[in-house]
Amino acid sequence: MSRRHIAPSAVVWLLVGGIYFMLPLVATFLFSIKDASTGKCCSLAAYDFILDDPQFWTTIKLSFRLALETIVIGLLLFVPTLYWVHLRLPRLRPVIGFIALVPFVIPPIILVVGLLEFFKDDLHAPFWFLGKPDLFLVGAYVILAFPYIYFSLDAGFRAIDVHTLTEASQSLGASWRTTLFRVILPNIRVAALAGAFLTLAIVMGEFTIASLATFHTFPTYIQYINETQAYPAAAVTLMSFAITWAAMLSLLLIGRRGGRRTVRLGVGR
Amino acid sequence: MVGAFQGASGGYTFHNVADIVRNESIRHAYQTSIEISLVTALLGGLLGFLIAYAAIRDGTPNWLRSAFGTFSGVAANFGGIPLAFAFIATLGTIGIVTQFLTNQLHWNPYFHGFTIFGKTGVELAYLYFQIPLMFLVIAPAIDGLRQEWSEASANLGASRLQFWRFVGLPVLLPSLLGAVILLFGNAFAAYATAYALTSGGVNLIPILIGADLSGNVYTNPHEGQALAFGMFVVLAAMMLFYIPLQRRATRWAR
Repeated sequence: MSRRHIAPSAVVWLLVGGIYFMLPLVATFLFSIKDASTGKCCSLAAYDFILDDPQFWTTIKLSFRLALETIVIGLLLFVPTLYWVHLRLPRLRPVIGFIALVPFVIPPIILVVGLLEFFKDDLHAPFWFLGKPDLFLVGAYVILAFPYIYFSLDAGFRAIDVHTLTEASQSLGASWRTTLFRVILPNIRVAALAGAFLTLAIVMGEFTIASLATFHTFPTYIQYINETQAYPAAAVTLMSFAITWAAMLSLLLIGRRGGRRTVRLGVGR
Repeated sequence: MVGAFQGASGGYTFHNVADIVRNESIRHAYQTSIEISLVTALLGGLLGFLIAYAAIRDGTPNWLRSAFGTFSGVAANFGGIPLAFAFIATLGTIGIVTQFLTNQLHWNPYFHGFTIFGKTGVELAYLYFQIPLMFLVIAPAIDGLRQEWSEASANLGASRLQFWRFVGLPVLLPSLLGAVILLFGNAFAAYATAYALTSGGVNLIPILIGADLSGNVYTNPHEGQALAFGMFVVLAAMMLFYIPLQRRATRWAR
């Protein structure tokens, strides 16, 4: 019963889906090149406005730095942990998998309530901790990124033979550190990169926690522009989409080279 | 970091939690939240399934399938502030589509009760990430519907409809239900999109929590925590359904 031609109903649904997905993107683009004074096509003034705004550069740099810090801390925490679990404690795997679901049950809006309550007095953390995005936000983002890094790495570790690699490297006289960095790490590089790109996309788009904890990151900057400048808002919206596209496409490209695909859920909203 | 998860259980009496049931506006917010999540989960689930099936079934060129798959991977991660603005630029009062309808067809949807800044708008915007998410979650399950099954049922004289009624749907049902539950939770927890779209004007639980935290509407600081606790209960209950369904769904996996 194999069909030679595309089914008519399939054409209808794919068209419906295609139009629904493309329309807001096209509309945002058309909106962004409108001239602010006349409302007519075409002007790049909106892009100039954003690129000339020093706020744009400080917030995007801050968000990017936070993303890098989250990635580094996340990988430092989870690569050795997962290595050890796969090597010595395979029975703990379902437990960690279950814990990894917790950030889905406790979304950012609930997480931020808990964080602000927990850190609101000197008892738990001094003010310098609460006031620093690199500490407060990165701490929260590591929690948010945990499931994504975990599921990427877990798939990576399952695809390699941890036991044989470890034994081979140790019988050749390698220390634990050498084994981890020169044997295991190169083998799960694709998985680690996948987790890193997902984390980048999440942190560059995370608004809830940043806004409610009153930090000025890239997403809160977009919101500020949204409220104040109509046409530049379209321009900065497209830039933000471009960042997500870049991160996710890099993920798909490296995934095609050998990693397996994992289900991805967005946290940015 | 462990302490972060304890926040919701710390330092409140039953009074705040009881308020969830007693307080009119809070009850209303839970209703709206659940309603929006249900509508977008069911609608997004249905459309996502139809689109995924259309993209995967026999006869659809391979490049279309991978194009939709790739786009879903990206679009499921759109959301938040940029998504909200994309919809304002499309269907807002001076949005491109609104302008087109008004100028070319002389039909302004805003004169007919439509607004992107309310509940319908939030639902429309949520569908933009719900449908791709459904695609991502359900595509492997549709892939798992083996060609032999439809051939076998055709050999035994079953019609297309009978195949779906007795083979296709029963096999897919756990995956479909699981996916819809996931979509429900996804919409239920969303904050940024609704906030940016309506400037906090829609009465949703996450919006109320946000208002409590930034302290510009309510005076009871513990109300936010009670609300968050209520959300947590709903989401935890959701997970209780999701995990066994997930287990069943993988039964036919290759």
